This record gives sequence, structure tokens and C-alpha cells, in this order.
Amino acid sequence: MSALKSTLWLRARIIQSIRRFFVEQGFLEVETPNIIPAPVPEAHIDLLNTSYGFLHSSPEVCMKRILSPDFPRIFQICKCYRDGERGHLHLPEFTLLEWYRADADYHDLMDDCEAMVTFVSDEVGLGNTVKYQGKEIIIDAPWKRITVEEAFAAFSPITLKEALATDRFEEMVVLHIEPGLDASRPVFLCDYPSRFASLSRLKEGRPDLAERFELYMGGLELANAFSELIDPAEQEARFSKENELREEQGKKPYPIPVRFLDALHAMPPSAGIAFGVDRFVMLLTGAEKIDDVATFTPEEL
Amino acid sequence: MAVYQASDLRKGLKILIDGQPYVVTDFTFTKPGKGQALYRCRIKNMLTGRADEKVYRSVDTFESANLQERKMQFLYSQGDEWCFMDQNNYEQVTLTPDQVGDAKNFLIDNLEVSILFFETTPLDISLPNFVELKVTRAEPWVKGDSAVGNSKPVTLETGYTLRVPPFVEEGTKISVDTRTGEYLTRVK
Repeated sequence: MSALKSTLWLRARIIQSIRRFFVEQGFLEVETPNIIPAPVPEAHIDLLNTSYGFLHSSPEVCMKRILSPDFPRIFQICKCYRDGERGHLHLPEFTLLEWYRADADYHDLMDDCEAMVTFVSDEVGLGNTVKYQGKEIIIDAPWKRITVEEAFAAFSPITLKEALATDRFEEMVVLHIEPGLDASRPVFLCDYPSRFASLSRLKEGRPDLAERFELYMGGLELANAFSELIDPAEQEARFSKENELREEQGKKPYPIPVRFLDALHAMPPSAGIAFGVDRFVMLLTGAEKIDDVATFTPEEL
Repeated sequence: MAVYQASDLRKGLKILIDGQPYVVTDFTFTKPGKGQALYRCRIKNMLTGRADEKVYRSVDTFESANLQERKMQFLYSQGDEWCFMDQNNYEQVTLTPDQVGDAKNFLIDNLEVSILFFETTPLDISLPNFVELKVTRAEPWVKGDSAVGNSKPVTLETGYTLRVPPFVEEGTKISVDTRTGEYLTRVK
């Protein structure tokens, strides 16, 4: 019980520190519905259904509808739900932190990550060094920024082009890129191929790349961020594409979030990020499995 | 034949790959950056014992390995041949020393065992948890001899040697736990 006791105390302090950080930065904390009629259709994210709608896999749909000149900086810490996701880093019900900034792009979110993680680590008494699974991670800013292209050139046995052509992108990321990244510092893996753009804006002058990054710390994938796409027609085409990919896999397509698309007309240029709170707690408590930072796992209920 | 999805993969699952039976010995679920789920498996070929690592995607499917457990009786061993008989159809099967493995320490004539087959190939023997075996060689126990401690080595009818309490004598039948290879008790 004592290991869980110290973990739960630290978990609470981490979440309280995250909240304090954003409040001090002038962000508004919001709560949006967890049950929604139309989620963002994604090829590889399956949702849990209820008679009132789907349990959200991320609060992005509602948060982006709020984002406006009246609410230029918002954040939320909430439970999210994804069907069929269970592993040492996955729970079907998990805690996400999301924050959005109007008049910003993904570089601003990298600055936020550096500032927030440094603030929280300091608040909980860990200072600038996080010890995780036998590794020391120095979290002093600035953190390393490496593009997906650079990472493939450095660590993958096949080129990015080959990986995309043979549908082995994810395999190369898991087997070669993630283990290759410098584990002694947090790393931003940036500029994903446009196929994985999801809801992100394409890079100016490089339409084959998206302004998207993933944050890695100690080998753990901690956050996913975009410069937001605010073109409703382009976004609708991408949703349809995701639904087609779902159908190719024999999965049900999801309804298109029409009101979300309408709201894009009025949305300012902005950037948003989803940050895994459970994995962040794992890092700061040294936990090997996500199970170790949860009050109960699904198997224990 | 049962068909498994990648999401059914778990430790201990037995699947068919390129016509050969494999058992999943370790398993990790990963899902990088909103991408497709990957199932990293350590697998062991049940015929050759060779370990391998594979990465499967959620679209991958598997056939179950056609494994069958048959009740067999041990008949005899001659040279490198260990002969067993199926108790249902009286079919005789010969195993190699490799296939018999450590079970040889406990095999006495007429012992009933389970043999796991892949199609017609025997893979593994399961012994009863306890077998009764005769001690064929033991040093006599000298009372008060503290140098031998509280156990002494003996040899059983199968050639297996183990440590038993000092009072166990040559010709005694003892019960042995086949999972640990250790002495359990004397048998009257």
C-alpha cells in the first residue's frame, strides 16, 4: 500500500501544479462534455459508445469550438476513453491534459511544454533532473527538436519514403526511432508526413509535411501537438479519408462533426496539444507501467 | 480452425506461422502517435525451440496451431528410442532423447503420461505431478554422523540421483515431485 500511497500523493501534487501553471499563465480552465454525438473520425482510434453518444477520445472537438478572441487561452484536465487500448502504457480510460492558444503555432506549444514540465518538476521537488528507469533526464530548456525526416535518416534501416510506401512507418517509429532518440533530454519529434496530419496545418512551402510534433521524455511518448488546421473544406476531406480507412479495415465510420466544421470558419489561427497525464506521472514517480499510477486498473475492478 | 485477431494476442497463445506451431512468450501493445496499433511479440517455435521477435499490426490474423494432447503409456526405452503407446488406439510412438528431455528421470514402465502433438509430431511430455520410484543405490546411514547433514544422495531405478533424508534405504520406494525433482515421502 505504501508505494501506491506515495504515488497517489505525488500524482495529486503533479495535477495541482499543472493547474497552477496554466492559471498563472492566464489560461481559463474549462470543462466540456465527455459524451459527444460526433467525435473526430480517426482511422486508428475506436470509441466507446453509449445511448447518448460516444465517450470522447479527446476533448478537442468542444475545446476548439470555445477557442475564440473571447477565450484565447484554455485548458482542461479530463478523462478520455479509447476502446481496445490496453498495454503497459495504455489504459482504455486515461487522463489527458489539453491546452489551446489562439494566435499561436506549434512552436509556442513547445515553449509551453518546456515551461510547464520545468515548473511542475520544480514544484514537486525534483528540480531539473528526472530519474526514470535507470536514466537521468535533464529537463533544462531548450529541449532538442528533431524532424521526422532527420530521425529516419539517423535511426531507421529503411528510408522514410520506403516506410510510407510499405506501410511500415509506425513499425520503424517503435522499433528504431523511439529507441534512437536521446533519452537524456526531452525531445520534440517534429514535422510529420502529411498522411499523419490529422487535424494539423500543413507546413508552408512543404505540403508533404504537417506542423505537428510529439514530445518524448525518457523514451515515453508524452504529448501530441498541432498548429491547428482551420480550413473547414480541407478538414472535412480529411475526416472522410479517415472514415474510408476505417471502412477498409472493416470498421464502422463515425459521424462527421458538422458543428465543429462550422466553427472552424470563425476559429483564429491557433495551436493545441494533448498531453498524457498518467505517463507524466509515471515519469516523475519512476513507474514502469501505467498500472502503477492508477488507483485501479480495469482488471482490478 | 480458430482464427485469431492481433488483438487476441497474449502470453501463452499458440498460433500457426508458416505452417509451424509457435507459442507467444512475451507481448507488448504499442500505438505510436495516433497511428495503427502494433503488437510486439516474442515467440518460440514449438518444434525447434528457437525464439524470435515479431511485430504484428491490428489487421493481421492467425490460425490456431492444431495441437492435441493424447494420453499415452510409457512402454520401454532402447538406445535413443523412447517408446509410448496411445491408450485409446494402441498406436505406438517413438520419441527422441531431446523430445523426452528431463522426463527421462521419472519414466518407468507403464507410467501414464500426456503427450502434446502438433499434427503427428510429439512436442512435449506432461508427467503426473508425483511418481513412485525405487531407490536402487544408497549409502547406509551411520547414526550420529553429523558430516552428512540431514540428507544424503541416492540413485533411483531410472538412474536419477537426488537427495533424501538419511533414513531412506536401498530398495525403498519413494514419491518424487516431478515438477521440482525433489523427494516427497517414503511409500509403503
